[in-house]
Amino acid sequence: MSCRKRCKREIFKFAQYLFRLVTGTLSTDSVEDELELSTVRHRPEGLEQLEARTRFSRKELQILYRGFKNECPSGVVNEDTFKDIYAQFFPQGDASTYAHFLFNAFDTDHNGSVSFVDFVMGLSILLRGTVQEKLNWAFNLYDINKDGYITKEEMLDIMKAIYDMMGKCTYPVLKEETPRQHVEVFFQKMDKNKDGVVTIDEFIDCCQNDENIMRSMHLFENVL
Amino acid sequence: MENSESARHSMAAGVAAWLPFARAAAIGWMPVANLPMPIAPTEKNKRQDELIILNVSGRRFQTWRNTLDRYPDTLLGSSEKEFFYNEETKEYFFDRDPDVFRSVLNFYRTGKLHYPRYECISSYDEELAFFGIVPEIIGDCCYEEYKDRKRENAERLMDDQEDNKDAKLPNMTFRETMWRAFENPHTSTMALVFYYVTGFFIAVSVITNVVETVPCGSVPNQKEVPCGERYTVAFFCMDTACVMIFTVEYLMRLFAAPSRYRFMRSVMSIIDVVAILPYYIGLVMTDNEDVSGAFVTLRVFRVFRIFKFSRHSQGLRILGYTLKSCASELGFLLFSLTMAIIIFATVMFYAEKGSSSSKFTSIPASFWYTIVTMTTLGYGDMVPKTIAGKIFGSICSLSGVLVIALPVPVIVSNFSRIYHQNQRADKRRAQKVQKARLARIRISKTGSSSAFLHSKRNGLFNEALELTSSTEEEQRLSKSTSLLESQHHHLLHCLEKTTNHEFVDEQYYQQSYLEGGLQNYPSRSPSLSSQDGMTGTCCTRRSKKHHTPLPNASAPAHMQPLTHTHTHQQGLQELSTIHIQPLSTSRSSLNMRVDDPAPLNCQSSQITTAIISIPTPPVTTPEGDAHLPAGPAHQNVVKVSAL
Repeated sequence: MSCRKRCKREIFKFAQYLFRLVTGTLSTDSVEDELELSTVRHRPEGLEQLEARTRFSRKELQILYRGFKNECPSGVVNEDTFKDIYAQFFPQGDASTYAHFLFNAFDTDHNGSVSFVDFVMGLSILLRGTVQEKLNWAFNLYDINKDGYITKEEMLDIMKAIYDMMGKCTYPVLKEETPRQHVEVFFQKMDKNKDGVVTIDEFIDCCQNDENIMRSMHLFENVL
Repeated sequence: MENSESARHSMAAGVAAWLPFARAAAIGWMPVANLPMPIAPTEKNKRQDELIILNVSGRRFQTWRNTLDRYPDTLLGSSEKEFFYNEETKEYFFDRDPDVFRSVLNFYRTGKLHYPRYECISSYDEELAFFGIVPEIIGDCCYEEYKDRKRENAERLMDDQEDNKDAKLPNMTFRETMWRAFENPHTSTMALVFYYVTGFFIAVSVITNVVETVPCGSVPNQKEVPCGERYTVAFFCMDTACVMIFTVEYLMRLFAAPSRYRFMRSVMSIIDVVAILPYYIGLVMTDNEDVSGAFVTLRVFRVFRIFKFSRHSQGLRILGYTLKSCASELGFLLFSLTMAIIIFATVMFYAEKGSSSSKFTSIPASFWYTIVTMTTLGYGDMVPKTIAGKIFGSICSLSGVLVIALPVPVIVSNFSRIYHQNQRADKRRAQKVQKARLARIRISKTGSSSAFLHSKRNGLFNEALELTSSTEEEQRLSKSTSLLESQHHHLLHCLEKTTNHEFVDEQYYQQSYLEGGLQNYPSRSPSLSSQDGMTGTCCTRRSKKHHTPLPNASAPAHMQPLTHTHTHQQGLQELSTIHIQPLSTSRSSLNMRVDDPAPLNCQSSQITTAIISIPTPPVTTPEGDAHLPAGPAHQNVVKVSAL
């Protein structure tokens, strides 16, 4: 709202107040007539379209939507709610940083909120996608600034976020250099040409050669 | 225990629906993990979500089965509801109040329990108790109302109990009988007689005090004398008699009181003392000229005998109680009056300073004028003479009307409304509510984390049992945790594996921290979720580390002392081997055939398992001993469970 308009409104309100003072009304609390930004109501596209775009069945989409709508009746989840929800699963540590990165990974159009469509598209990749797609998604998560390269700083941020979720009471005791060392291990493994960054091809190549990682990709297949 | 049980699962209902998402997002950890992930819990006979019908006294409610499963420690969420299953109609029938059931069912749906205002508090409590829901879970919106009603009810119960105290208990001592007689005069005739006698004497004493000062008849050629001086002896005798009665009464009460100290501190006994003390002081003091002035003022206190009537009159007591409870409002009224008085007195003083022969000699002298004017008394002994003084004087009297003569209920009700609002706000901010809320949050946090630590053991049993492929024990074990819980724990397990550190409880952490003297990992500014964690409640379960010497079992026992082998592989991993205490002879070193369920509960902590995760799935582990020392040599981890 421009300054002039604001000034006018304030003057009007003051005049109203004086008028009320003189004539005397019994209303003690002034009713704020300001229209606050009404909460955005978002409706997802139809069930058939979602079925076509994702790999979930109709019933699964129904279950997912019911859970989603229960927690976020307005149809979109913003970052704070997202952090709250995610933090409930990790009571011992601080999950907010990792939740922030996750939120950015889910919010594909970067509009600050995750709608049901974003949510379910992300889940479709994670749960029903090919290994290639999953690795792509993980790369996207690690690449904080989305420039196609994972630098050591980005990886360090992610690693610290993960270690934050563990909290304080761990065995063995978490030392300050633990995340850094972990990042070193990761880079030694992934960075084939030793140029200090990990590209998507290096990443996917390396992961496909690692049995552990391959197996863990299939861990959550039957989550839904 | 019930509290922590339900708090343990108090991940809000909606959040439980996000568990699949949280688990899916765990894929983000996979590429950075150094260790292989644990096996995911499988859902045996996964049911399609179905609608179930709850028939409560004829009213049918329908909901998804999953909705009810969110809270497995309540009646509806557990298998306890099977007791109410009606085969013919294929529904669950409950012979309870359907109105309250609405709130109960909404709790499952939304995760928040609401207390409807029109509902009776005791019936609501009964229903909650029936359905196994702890009232502490009531949401903040309704919690105050609930607590208020509960308190009212408790007070009413206490009052009822007090009324029933008239029933004479057998074998009461003489002292107790006397006390009861004093407190409730209608219990026996003696008490009633005593009650009336004291009342009579109080009245006599008060009337005597009054009559004493009346001028009664004049001796000729002398001015009128008050009766007190004319019939000194008579009045003195009357006074003495009354005081003696009062003293005896006080001493008897003091003797009979169950708690003498408390009795002496009570208001009534103070009034009694104040009523009789002047007489004794008067006896002691001689007719000294100096002290006679003080002596006279002491006699004023005799009028306090009239307050002794409050023991006889319920109405007086109620009035006193009301005044006491409205004390702050009255005080504020008085304060605002005082402010106005001071303002106007100052103004009048300075306004009248100029005029000669002004009565407004000082500001305190002007107080009198202000009070008289503001209460619209207007004695006229002090009047302003200057014009300014008159103007301000009129403003003063007008404002007096405003401040005092307006209908007092308006002010009183306004104050009462604001007072109650503030009281409510203070209650909300008050320590008790805050503490209770923080305690609730803390319990749910520790509940879920301690649940994880608790079930780690069970989880390990699960994995170990999968090796031996004995299904009965498996079933026995998996019964104890719900699917939701096991999935959540699997998620936390994955995180442990990713970071190669374990969740432990506080005591163990302190120990290892002190031992190692290690530099602590600096955590970022904690969010609310971890704030309580930081305050030392992150892990509350006490660890019981048993370093029991291993008994010689006949089995191919694989005893190994509890060692901490620190093999630093790039400084990331610290390995510990654990000891195994087999319970029975068996082929496999890791056979954990348990003959009785006793070791499964918290108390026993002698059994720990070693699970050696090698790149291939753990089925290869029953190869025995050889792997245990070989474990550290490999890249991979010997998983430790310290109990």
